[in-house]
Amino acid sequence: MMLGIVDWSWRLDGWIIVVGVLCAMSSALLGTFLVLRRMSLLGDAISHAVLPGLAAAFLISSSRSSWWMFVGAVVVGVLTALLSDFIHRRGRVDEGASMGVVFTTLFAAGLVMIVMAADQVDLDPGCVLYGAIEQTPLDMWTVSVSDQVSWRMPRVVWILSAVAAMNAAFVIVFFKELKISTFDPDLAGSSGLSPAAIHYMLMTLVAITAVASFECVGNILVVAMLVVPPATAYLLTERLGILILLACAIGTISAIAGHLAAVELPTWFGYRSTTTAGMMAVATGASFASAFMFAPRNGVAPRLARRWWLSWSILADDVLSLLYRIEERPGKPRNVSSIGRRGSQTAGEADAIDWIAETLLTSRWATTWTLRFHAWRGNVTRPLDGQLPQLTDSGRTDARSLVRSHRLWEQYLVTRGDASEKSIHDIAHRLEHFTDSKLAAELDSQTDSPETDPHGSPIPKPDPGEDFSSK
Amino acid sequence: MDIEQVWRVVSLQDYNTRVVIAGTALLGLAAGLVGCFTLLRRRALIGDALAHATLPGIALAFLVVSAAGGNGKSLDVLLLGATLSGLLGIITILLIRRASRLKEDAALGIVLSVFFGGGMALLGIVQQTDTGHAAGLESFIYGKTATMVAGDAWLIGIASVACVSVCVALLKELKLLCFDEAFTGSLGFRVVTLDAMLMAVVVVVTIIGLQAVGLVLVIALLVIPAASARFWTDRLVPMMILSSAFGMVGCLIGAMASALLPRLPSGAMIVLTTSLGFGVSFFVGKRRGVLIRWFRRHRLNRSIDRQHLLREIYEMFESRTDRISVTWGELLPARTWSPWRLRQSLQHAISDGLVISNIGGHEFALTQNGRDESRRLTRRHRLWELYLIHFAEIAPQRVDRDADAIEHVLDPETVAELETLLDAELGRDRMPGDPHGMESMA
Repeated sequence: MMLGIVDWSWRLDGWIIVVGVLCAMSSALLGTFLVLRRMSLLGDAISHAVLPGLAAAFLISSSRSSWWMFVGAVVVGVLTALLSDFIHRRGRVDEGASMGVVFTTLFAAGLVMIVMAADQVDLDPGCVLYGAIEQTPLDMWTVSVSDQVSWRMPRVVWILSAVAAMNAAFVIVFFKELKISTFDPDLAGSSGLSPAAIHYMLMTLVAITAVASFECVGNILVVAMLVVPPATAYLLTERLGILILLACAIGTISAIAGHLAAVELPTWFGYRSTTTAGMMAVATGASFASAFMFAPRNGVAPRLARRWWLSWSILADDVLSLLYRIEERPGKPRNVSSIGRRGSQTAGEADAIDWIAETLLTSRWATTWTLRFHAWRGNVTRPLDGQLPQLTDSGRTDARSLVRSHRLWEQYLVTRGDASEKSIHDIAHRLEHFTDSKLAAELDSQTDSPETDPHGSPIPKPDPGEDFSSK
Repeated sequence: MDIEQVWRVVSLQDYNTRVVIAGTALLGLAAGLVGCFTLLRRRALIGDALAHATLPGIALAFLVVSAAGGNGKSLDVLLLGATLSGLLGIITILLIRRASRLKEDAALGIVLSVFFGGGMALLGIVQQTDTGHAAGLESFIYGKTATMVAGDAWLIGIASVACVSVCVALLKELKLLCFDEAFTGSLGFRVVTLDAMLMAVVVVVTIIGLQAVGLVLVIALLVIPAASARFWTDRLVPMMILSSAFGMVGCLIGAMASALLPRLPSGAMIVLTTSLGFGVSFFVGKRRGVLIRWFRRHRLNRSIDRQHLLREIYEMFESRTDRISVTWGELLPARTWSPWRLRQSLQHAISDGLVISNIGGHEFALTQNGRDESRRLTRRHRLWELYLIHFAEIAPQRVDRDADAIEHVLDPETVAELETLLDAELGRDRMPGDPHGMESMA
């Protein structure tokens, strides 16, 4: 019993999870390179293309021993990779298209061969090709090391362990070669490695892994495990070593979560458990979806949040400098009607927040929240009815340095950048948000500490506390 | 099987044969046409991802309609489910492509495997329902061409005609989209809308094809005819026509073959026929076929070899005007050519009447034609060297190889123009000296 799930037994479900994890690890190790080399669909192509290999193995050996079938399928799997590669290079056909031509043709040939062979004995491609992960614990193998020590594990676990060990050894031994030939085949060739040899070794191992996994756990699981965990990891990191480890970890977690979901989820709707392999594939999809949404650097949500935060902080800056500019006007107007006309609306009719929103081309809602934020920080007083909010001392300090940056930039652009006076406002408006007091001091000295900007507005003096130029 | 039976099939006398053949031929036509666009958009396997992505929709449609008390196995319900989940798959692919740094193939692979896995999980549940033998749903995936009835053929026919007319109506826009997406956007077309329309057409073709010929075979119809047509032409409209023709003829022949030999699965026969077309195109295609390209390269190599040989012999005579012949022993070390290759080019030059050899085949001299030709070639080469030294300011040490590289690849008009330019400086008949020789003397 585990997590209150009925029908759970470690003897069965434990092995199923072990098999899933082994399949995930061996696929993710190679899948990383397939994704990076833009050959993600090779697993899918091989899973369809092995049919004639099975049929030929059956016709030649006239037995359904899994050993012959395995060899036949691996040979055709490698052939699929080689033929696609040949058509892609020699015929200059798009990679995807050449793969599509090869695997559909091989599949069709396999179908015809099976129909021809059907006279001799019934050969159902489904039962040979698509093993079921649920049945793995039923077929146990015992391997004796000595008289005392012997291990008893499902046959599938033995096979997949061997495949995983082989793949891990390949990736560890040839890590450097794989890395160079994946990212820069020309460099690999010129430094004496053979990118082609590495490529063909990778293809062979993919074919072996795929075929061994079809027979053990069904084909959809390996197709998913070859692509989805590495693609997920690719969204999370940019270093190859970490990418591989992450892909393995994601595959492992998805395998465990997938089996739990297969046992648990359908019972919520009144059904019994469902296909584990399918749910494992769905679990990899779920992990991809969450990485796609929430990956720290590349995820959709963080990117949106960053953009939102940036535009909001710029708005906060703009509100402060707008209030400062109003203070600069003669008579320090305190309400909107005394500012006079700006924008399309008659100023007297609008209240302060509407007027600010109109002037800064933003929404009333955003303005309200920005003003609340500033009031909370103690930068402005709370706006009263029709009255403009007033800057406090700390707000005025911030606003002064913003306006100072803006006008210094304008001065700099005119004196040093030979910009015309018409175009400088927008550029300065963009740059003022990214200018700290040090840069402002530098601009000040570059423009010989001017009193006014090109439009004639006075450039505020720096605050004594922030003045770095005096050092 | 006798002649009469063959004739019955070929002349389409059976109603059923006629229906099947007409239906598959129309499907082949539409798939071939649509395949051109997906191939050019480097998205050839989108049909693969899409076909797999329909499975959860089929299973879910069955579950929902059965639960609501309807007939879950009715074709309309399953088609609707398949279309919806196929569209969802396409949207997911486009989303992954736009909002992450993953490439096309990874996006296809993710959608394909995750959707199909979800479908398998749902089928596991379908099998537990009362009515729920999944058999009806399975055959939807594999398709049975031979059992196609008139209604199916009509459905395929109407859908195919609709797809073809959309493609033809949007030809200009789709053409732009395939060749220059950014430019299309800058002209004011909505790239996303166009892409979505193209994908919608692909969805329709895939789903009617799925039901008619099965999963793998509809992928074949979308990929193979277009890839074959690409070997024959570089222009879009001829490629579309060819591709549709390939698709249609492949379907016709395949369906007839399977009607003649009823034991062979017709879908597989259709794929094998179109693959045969692909194989032929791969080798003898007029624009990009392997043999054609090999032949062109061979001819170019041969002409380069001959030019090198003639120039070498000319320069040997030029350095010692009193000699009568050059020997094999002198020629072989003069350039980096293998003995076999030198022998080949000598043979060709002799059979072209440019060079004569003595009886032993060890000493060679130029014929009158050969003298003219070699003088022309050497002159051209040296003019080029001069040009590179004077106008392109390339060091004399490098100029020989650069001149070699240029003079073989420029078209005759450019050469003629440059030669008049240089002739104006040197005078028409003067042979410029060898810049390397001048260098060593200086």
